[in-house]
Amino acid sequence: MTAVWANQLLQGVMLGGLYTLFAIGLSLSAGVMRFVNIAHGDFIVLTCYALLLLTTLLGLNPVVATLIVLPVAFLFGFGLQRFLLQRVVGENVLLVILVTFALSIIIENGLLGGFGADPQKVSGGWMETETVALGDGINVGLFQIVTFVAAVALVAVLDLLLYRTNIGAKIRAVSDDVAAANLIGLSSVRIYAIAMGITFVTIGIAAGFVSIWTNFDPASGPTRLLVAFEVIVMGGLGSLWGSLAGGIVLGLAQAVGGQFDIAWQIMAGHIVFLIVLAIRPQGLFPKY
Amino acid sequence: MAPRLILYIARALFAAGIVAMAAAPFLFGANHVVLLTEFMSMLVLAIMWNLLAGYADIVTVGQHAYVGVGAYAFFGFAALLDWNPYLSIPLAGLVAFVIAVPTMALVFRLRTAYLAIGTWVVAELLMLAAGKLNAWGGGSGTSVPISIILSFGRARAERLANIYWLAFGLAAVAMLATYFLLRSRIGIGLTAMRDNEEGAAAIGVNITYARILCFLGTAPFLGMAGAIITLQKLRIAPPASFSIIDWTVFIIFNVVIGGIGSFEGPIIGTIVYFLLRQYLAGLGAWHLILLGSFSIIVILIEKRGLWGLIRRGLGDDLIPIAHRPSAAFDGAAKPNISAASDNRR
Repeated sequence: MTAVWANQLLQGVMLGGLYTLFAIGLSLSAGVMRFVNIAHGDFIVLTCYALLLLTTLLGLNPVVATLIVLPVAFLFGFGLQRFLLQRVVGENVLLVILVTFALSIIIENGLLGGFGADPQKVSGGWMETETVALGDGINVGLFQIVTFVAAVALVAVLDLLLYRTNIGAKIRAVSDDVAAANLIGLSSVRIYAIAMGITFVTIGIAAGFVSIWTNFDPASGPTRLLVAFEVIVMGGLGSLWGSLAGGIVLGLAQAVGGQFDIAWQIMAGHIVFLIVLAIRPQGLFPKY
Repeated sequence: MAPRLILYIARALFAAGIVAMAAAPFLFGANHVVLLTEFMSMLVLAIMWNLLAGYADIVTVGQHAYVGVGAYAFFGFAALLDWNPYLSIPLAGLVAFVIAVPTMALVFRLRTAYLAIGTWVVAELLMLAAGKLNAWGGGSGTSVPISIILSFGRARAERLANIYWLAFGLAAVAMLATYFLLRSRIGIGLTAMRDNEEGAAAIGVNITYARILCFLGTAPFLGMAGAIITLQKLRIAPPASFSIIDWTVFIIFNVVIGGIGSFEGPIIGTIVYFLLRQYLAGLGAWHLILLGSFSIIVILIEKRGLWGLIRRGLGDDLIPIAHRPSAAFDGAAKPNISAASDNRR
C-alpha cells in the first residue's frame, strides 16, 4: 500500500515537471508582455503535430526532430509577436485576449481539418519504456525523470538568461516600464518579439516532451492552457521557480485525486487551484 | 439632413423588426419559429457577453458555465422535483446567480486575461462536476421527460410558439435591462470606464461595484437562457449543455464582428451570424476558421465591428444610449452630432 502511494506521489512530482514545461512559456510571455496568450496550449499541440510529421514522414528521431523545430519555433514566435500581436498589444488588453482566442480556435479547427479528431502520439522508442527501480517496489519511468530534470534545467537556464545576460536585462527593463525603456533607446517592439521567440522555444521543448508522454488531439490545447495557467497563478505570477512549485502542486493534486477515482484526477487539480487562489491569491512564491 | 433621415428610417425598421418578432409565431412557419427561438437565445448570450466584455471590462471565456448550470438546474426543478416547468425557468436563473457569487469572489482576485482564464477553469470544473450527478444521467446526460415538454403546449405549433415567446421575452427583458442599466448612473460610470479606466476611477466611478453588479447581473440571464435552450435541445449532457463552442466561442465572434462595446453590436452580430450560418454550416472545420480569421481582421481594422462601420454612415446610435448635453448647455446653436458621437474610446 505504501509503495502504491509512493509511486503515485512520485508520478505526481514527475507530472509536475511536465506541467512546469507547459507553464514556463506562458509565465515568460505573461511576465514580459503583460498579456496571457490564450492560444498557448494550442501552439503546444500544433508543435506536437509538427513533430509527428517529422518523425513519421521523415523517420527522424524525436530528439532530432525537436532540435530542428526549436529554431523554427523561435522565428515563428518572433514573427507572430512582431506582425500580429504587436498591433494590438498595449492599447487594450481586451483586443489581445480576443486575437489570441481567435487564433486558438483557428489552430484547433485547422488541425481538425488536417489530421482528424483521432488521438496521436509520437513514439519515443526505448526512451519511454525504460524504468528505474528505486527499491521497495517503487519504480519510475526514465522518460519521466528526464522530463523533470529538463523542467528544472529550463527554469534555471531562463533564470540565468533573464537575470545574468544583456538581453535578459533589456527584457526586464521593457517589462517593467515600456515607455521608460523606449525613452532610453531600447526597441520595445524588437525586445517583445525576441521574448515571444524565446517563449516559443519553450513551447517547442514542452511539445517535444508531451508528444511522447501522452496522446494529443486537435482539442487538447485548452487543457494544456488551463494547466499552464493554474501553474503560473499558483506559483506566483512572473516567478520562474514558483512555476516549478506550482507544477509540482498541480501534479501531486492530480495524482492524489486520480488515486481515488480516475475521473477525479482533473477535477482535483482544478479544485486545488481554486483553493490556492482563495487562500493565497498572490501565489506560493510571489515575485514581489 | 440626409443622414438624419436614414437614421430615422433605420430606427423605424428596427421598431418594425421588434413588432414582427413579437408576433413571429403568427407570421412564420414552424421551421422559422424554431430558428428564431434559437436566435433569441443566442441574442441573450451575446448581450450579456457584450455587457461584461464591452462595458465592464470583464472578458469571460467561461460564460458557458452559467448556461450549463441553468440547463441542469431547470432539469432538476422540472424533471426531478416535478415543479412547475414555467416556474423552473426563473429558478434556474436563481441557481446560476447563486453559483456566480462564490465564482466572482474567487476570480475577481485575478485581473484581465487571468480573470478570463479563471472563469474558464470554473466552467471546466462545473462541467466535470455535472458529469458526476447520477440523477442527471452522469457523463452521458439524459433526455427531458415528455411530460415537461407537453406542459408547454400539447400541439406542436402551440408548444413552439410558447417556447419562442419565452425566448423572445427573455431577450426583450435582457435588452431593456441593459438599456436602463447603461442609461443609469452606473451605466455612465461603465461607459466612462470603457473609455478610460484610470480616468473614470479618478473622477469617482466605483469600478469594483459596477463590475460586481454586471457579473452577478448577467448570471441569471445566462441561466434562464440555458433553461430555454434545454427546451429546444430536449436533452442535457455535460459537453453539450456546457458547450464552450456554442455558448462562448460563437458568441464572442458574433459580438466582435457585430461591434463590441455598443448596444447594437450583439444584435447585428447575431443577425449576421444567422444569415451566414446556412452557408457556413457545410464547411465543417472551416466554418470556425473563417469566423476566427474574420474576427481578427475586424479587430485589426475596425475595433468596433460592423456597427462601428455603419454608425459612421448613420452618425448616431440606433438606440440612443448616450446622454447629450442640452443645446443651451452646449453653447452651439446647432449641435454637431457627428463630432459629439466620435469621442468614444
